[in-house]
Amino acid sequence: MTRKCLFGVVIVSLFLCGARSASAATVALLNASYDATREFYRDYNAAFVKYWKAKTGQDVRIEMSHTGSGKEARAVIDGLDADVVSLALAYDIDAIARRTGYLPADWQSRLPNDSSPYSSTIVFLVRKGNPKHIKDWPDLINPGVSVVTPNPKTSGGARWAFLAAWEYALKADGGSEDKARQFVRALYKHVPVLDTGARGSTATFAERGIGDVLLSWENEAYLVINKSAKGQFEIIYPSISIVAQPPVAWLDKNVSRHGTTALAKAYLEYLYSEQGQEIAANHYFRPVKNPTGRYRALPFIKTFTINDAFGGWSSAQKKFFADGGVFDQIYQP
Amino acid sequence: MALKQNRSILPGFGLAMGITVAYLSVLVLIPLSTIFLNTAHMGWHHFWSVVTSPRVEAAYRISFGASFLAAIIDSMLGFIAAWALTRYRFIGAGILDAIVDLPFALPTSVAGITLTAIFANNGLIGSLLAPLGIRVAFTRLGIVVALIFVGVPFVVRTVQPVLQELDPELEEAAETLGATRARTFARVILPAIVPSVLTGFALAFARGLGEYGSVIFISGNMPLRTEIAPLLIVIELEQFDYRAATAIALVVLLASFVILLAINLLQRWTARTYAL
Repeated sequence: MTRKCLFGVVIVSLFLCGARSASAATVALLNASYDATREFYRDYNAAFVKYWKAKTGQDVRIEMSHTGSGKEARAVIDGLDADVVSLALAYDIDAIARRTGYLPADWQSRLPNDSSPYSSTIVFLVRKGNPKHIKDWPDLINPGVSVVTPNPKTSGGARWAFLAAWEYALKADGGSEDKARQFVRALYKHVPVLDTGARGSTATFAERGIGDVLLSWENEAYLVINKSAKGQFEIIYPSISIVAQPPVAWLDKNVSRHGTTALAKAYLEYLYSEQGQEIAANHYFRPVKNPTGRYRALPFIKTFTINDAFGGWSSAQKKFFADGGVFDQIYQP
Repeated sequence: MALKQNRSILPGFGLAMGITVAYLSVLVLIPLSTIFLNTAHMGWHHFWSVVTSPRVEAAYRISFGASFLAAIIDSMLGFIAAWALTRYRFIGAGILDAIVDLPFALPTSVAGITLTAIFANNGLIGSLLAPLGIRVAFTRLGIVVALIFVGVPFVVRTVQPVLQELDPELEEAAETLGATRARTFARVILPAIVPSVLTGFALAFARGLGEYGSVIFISGNMPLRTEIAPLLIVIELEQFDYRAATAIALVVLLASFVILLAINLLQRWTARTYAL
């Protein structure tokens, strides 16, 4: 698979080189993104192309590359010639900064709201009528409940879900580190399948019929609801969840080599515009601000941020998901 | 003529050898040696703690165990298929022959998704097996099923040409000399095909060890239970831990090399012992 990936990277870059030189009039921009943004960026790119043409008269073509967030980051590190990245979590962009120097370490302060133009959260997707009566986090470890979530080691969405479960147990009445540890251990005992990415888990739950509840990105859960027969699934909002912020950044070294610096910045800044925010809201992301209910409103849910609860991604990654971390300890016999 | 005994009838030995060495170096030896170099940086202690962690050890057991079991089943199924295709004339033999190769051509992820859909508890075959208490998808059995799928053609394609060459008259001769069917099979047919079955076994086994695409969909990927070594390698890479990934890969590489070498020796030995 790795070899296939690298091969794919080579093919893609060859194509891009070819495409770039073939049409000098049109400028191309490559956005390396993660699984759950396919539908959103399809709409957003069309809107941006129109906006840019009207503003500068320049034709621009946006190309997308989608896979799991960690895999995408690794493709960029291994040489995928992307202009901008829009990944599931800041840690993956940090890794690009640390390993390649394509962008400065403080990249996250360059755009508003921690470079996150939209956010999401982790919700529960259950089957019709919620037969197992799942209302909140503790219901997930009731006897006979089977939970589907991807592997936190490979999936960004799964990491957000893990942290949400942890923080719930820590902050619950009588909560403590030990209680939280017991809770996540019990929770993952109820997981029959660990897919490598969010889309894989969604398929396992929705199409294979495995599990009673899927821990899902909010926008992905709505996508499932809209794509399946009416009433087949329901979304449950737990009492508390995490603000999942998928950040964006331009890769300085690549854009200056391609001569696309201004374009890449404008492309990302436009995400914060009224139109960008509206498209995000239409795809069930939560806009930065929605003061007058101008955009589609999603149900209120009490949330916490990774910075407040865990002191940012680097320390969360180290404590929970690194080799030998809390997640590995769960599976120690 | 006698003086030129060393010369091959076909010209171009130097050129052919040069191309072989060049491609082996560029495509096989240099990439593989980077695995050694990468792990050389990490120090023995770190290396050992990575490859002996319970999760990695379990993955090795699952990968080698499932590949071995699948290769054995492949050998039997493959032999029977090759036998049917070479010894019997029937309508549709040509089509069947072509279908055997399909697993070679099919992207393995497509195979994985399809097998999972069929063997899941709500799938075509899975729903028949579920009442019997047999679960295939998301269990070790599922891994073996996926590996059988990708492995069978290797055995069929290595055994088939040998069976084609094997003259049915030999079997008739054995029969006229009074040999029973079982004896004919054991003393006439088996010795001739054992080396090719072993080759097919080795190919299917090696393929099984490296197989990723089809397995991750059907295995469920549970740590310690259904997690295969190639998946652990990918997981390490996705944590940007290239060294741990290469350490896990190095053990697979060395073990497969030793096993393949042993099979090759066994094959030579059988070829000599059973020489007709």
